[in-house]
Amino acid sequence: MKVKIQDIEKIVKKHGGEKGAVIPILQDIQGSYGYVPREAVKVIARELSIFPVVVYGILTFYTQFYLTPRGKHTIKVCQGTACYVMGGKEILDHLSKALEITEGETTADGMFSLERVACLGCCGMAPVIMIDKDFHGKCTIQKLKTLIEEYRAKK
Amino acid sequence: MAKNEITVLICQGTACVSGKAPQIREALESEVKKAKLGRSVKVDFTGCHGFCQRGPIIIIEPEGIFYCDVKLEDVHEVVQSHLKENTIVERLLYKDPATGKAVPHYRDITFYKDQQRIVLANCGHINPEEISEYLDAGGYQALKKAMSEMGAEKVINEIKKSGLRGRGGAGFSTGVKWGLCRAAKGKVKYVICNADEGDPGAFMDRSILEGDPHAVIEGIIIAGYAIGAGEAYVYCRAEYPLALKRLKKAIAQAEEKGFLGRNILGTEFSFAIKVKEGAGAFVCGEETALIASVEGRRGMPRPRPPFPANEGLWGKPTLINNVETFANISHILVEGAEWFSSIGTGTSKGTKVFALAGKVKNTGLIEVPMGTTIRELVFGPGGGMLDAKAGFKGVQIGGPSGGCLPESLLDTPIDYESITKTGAIMGSGGMVVLDEKACMVDIAKFFLKFTVAESCGKCVPCRVGLKRMLEVTEEISSGNGKEEHLQFLQEMGENIRKTALCGLGNTAPNPVLTTLKYFADEYKAHIEDKTCPAHVCTGLIKFEVIEEKCVKCGLCYKACPAGAIEWEPKGKAKIDKEKCIKCKACIEACRFKAIR
Repeated sequence: MKVKIQDIEKIVKKHGGEKGAVIPILQDIQGSYGYVPREAVKVIARELSIFPVVVYGILTFYTQFYLTPRGKHTIKVCQGTACYVMGGKEILDHLSKALEITEGETTADGMFSLERVACLGCCGMAPVIMIDKDFHGKCTIQKLKTLIEEYRAKK
Repeated sequence: MAKNEITVLICQGTACVSGKAPQIREALESEVKKAKLGRSVKVDFTGCHGFCQRGPIIIIEPEGIFYCDVKLEDVHEVVQSHLKENTIVERLLYKDPATGKAVPHYRDITFYKDQQRIVLANCGHINPEEISEYLDAGGYQALKKAMSEMGAEKVINEIKKSGLRGRGGAGFSTGVKWGLCRAAKGKVKYVICNADEGDPGAFMDRSILEGDPHAVIEGIIIAGYAIGAGEAYVYCRAEYPLALKRLKKAIAQAEEKGFLGRNILGTEFSFAIKVKEGAGAFVCGEETALIASVEGRRGMPRPRPPFPANEGLWGKPTLINNVETFANISHILVEGAEWFSSIGTGTSKGTKVFALAGKVKNTGLIEVPMGTTIRELVFGPGGGMLDAKAGFKGVQIGGPSGGCLPESLLDTPIDYESITKTGAIMGSGGMVVLDEKACMVDIAKFFLKFTVAESCGKCVPCRVGLKRMLEVTEEISSGNGKEEHLQFLQEMGENIRKTALCGLGNTAPNPVLTTLKYFADEYKAHIEDKTCPAHVCTGLIKFEVIEEKCVKCGLCYKACPAGAIEWEPKGKAKIDKEKCIKCKACIEACRFKAIR
C-alpha cells in the first residue's frame, strides 16, 4: 500500500483539537497501513507542533505499534501464566518452527507475522492464540496445522 | 410482555465466540423459525458466563437448563428435541467430574453452586447490548437514588461505610479515595476507569465489560456525580476488542436514555464518558503511568505524592478505580452499606471475583465472599486437580506482582491482609493452579522475563535489578547455580521491593521471594544436585535412561522425533546424546519416570 502524505494529514486533522491525540492518531494510521510508516512520524510532528523524536518515543514505547509492514495475518501467541503452564511455550515454539520465523518477524511471503502477547485474558481456554481479531483456544499442534492452512487459503 | 415462554440464551463472550457461538446463534434462529416455534421461543444472547472452559454455553430459561460444549451440529437436536418435544438433550448436559452424573440445571453445577455472584450477577443472564435488559434487572436505580435521594456527600459516606476496597490490587478504601477527590481543590475533575487488565491470568474485567457494561458505566457516573467531575475516561486494553465494542455501544445507549450527557435526570449534573484504547504496555495499569498514556505520552509512572486525587490527568484532581470496583457501586447504593459489609471479613468486605485457571478441572470466573479459603475455591468451584495423579503443588496468586503459595497455605483466607502476610498480594484476582509438573524456579524465571520486558526503564532498581535477578535464575536453571545465588536473589529482591518507583517494580520480586520462601528445596535441588525435580529446566536434564526403572516398553522410542533412542523389543532403551535434541518427548511418553 502506497503511503500518501495527504491521507496521513487527514487522519491527524481528524483528531485535531483532541487532548492527548498522538496515540489515537498512531492507532488510526496503523489501522490503515498495518504499521506506522516513517513518513507519518514527520507529518504528525509537524501538524501537532512537537518534535519528531517525541512521536518516535511514543511509537517505540508501546508494543502495539510497528515500524515495518506486517504480514497479512498476525498471529499472537499468549504467554500468560495459565497458557504457559498449559503448554503455551510449546505452541510458540511450534509456530516459530512451522513458519520459519521468530517472534516479531514476518514470513517471506508476507502471509504471517508472529508475536507473543502477555495475556489475552482467555485463561479458561488455555493455551490460546489470536489470529487477527479471532481467538482460538485449547490449541494443539494439530489444531495449529489446520488453522495455518485455513488462513493460508483465505484470500 | 411474556409472549415468549422459552428463552434460549447463547453466550457471546470472547471464549464462546472462538467456539463458533455466533454461527450457533444464527443456526438456532433459523432452526427455530423452520420449526415454527417463533411465537413461543426467543433466541437471545448474553455476555460471559465465566465458565469459558466449557463453552459455547447455552442456557434455556425459565428452567435454567445448561448445555455446554455445544457444536453447530447439535443445534438441530436442541431445537427438535428440547424446544419442540420438551425432552432434554442428555448428552449436552454438564457431567459432574466427581460423580459422572449429568447436571441439568445451571444452579446445581458445582462450579456455580458455591459462588455468591454480586458483581457477576447479570453476566450470562442479560443481553449486554440492550440497555432495556439492564433496566429490567434494576439498572440505573442506584444512579437515580444517588441523585434524587442521597446527594454526593451521602453517597461517599455510604461507600465508606460499606468498607469497599479497590479491586485492582492495592486495596485502598474506595470511599476514602472518593472523599479525597471531592475535597480536592479545583473546578475541573476527572474520573478514570482502569480497564487495562494486564495481569497474565486475570480476565474478570474483560468478562464484566463484555457481560454487563452498564454496571460499570453506572458506577462511573455515580463516582463522577459524587466527586464533582464532568468527564471520565475508560482506559481499556486493545487486546479486548469485544469488550471495547460493547462498552462503546453501552455508552451510546446510556447517552440516548439521558444517563449521560447534559443535565442528567433533569439536574444540573452533566457528564461524559470517553473510551481510550491502550496501546500495549503492562506498566499502564499503574495509575500515574495510565494517566501519562491518556495524556498521549509514554506510559511511565512518576513519584507520588502528589497523588492523582490532587494532581492527576492534565494536573487536575482525578479519581482512578478499577472495573470491578465500579461494578460494585450500584449494588452498594441499592442494597445499602450494611448489607455489603455483612459479606466478607472484618477488614475485607464484599466479594471478590477470581479468574481460576491452570491445572484444575473447572477453570473460569468465580465470585466468592472475601474470607473464603484458597482450598475452598480450588477444590470447591474449581473441582480439584485436573490430573489427580499429578498432585497439587502450589497456586500462583496476583500475577507478576503476586506469589506462589504452597499446599501448607491452602487454608489461608482470601482477604487483603492474609494474602499480603504470605508475601503475595491479592492483586487483581488471577489464580493459576500448578501441579507437580511445574518447576518453581522456572515459574519465577517466567515472571521475571515478563517484568523485565515490561519495565518502563525509568528507575534503576527495576530496570537493572530485575535483569540481574533474571540472569541469576537463568544460571540456576541451566545448571550453573551457586550457593550464593540464593542470598543474592533474596537481597536484590528485597532492595527492589523497597526502592523501585512504582507498583510494578515494588512487587516484581514477589514471585521470586515467595518461591524462595516456600519452595527452597527446589532451588537447592537445582543448585546442589543439579536436577530439576519437575523435569522442566532442559539444561538440567541428563537425558539418560535409568536402567532399574526401564520396563522395556518402547514408548520413548516411538515418541522420539529425532531417532535418538535405541530400543529393541524386550530390550532396555538407550538415548544417543549426539542425536538427542532435548525436546522432552521421551520424558512425556515414559509412564515409569525412567528418564532423568
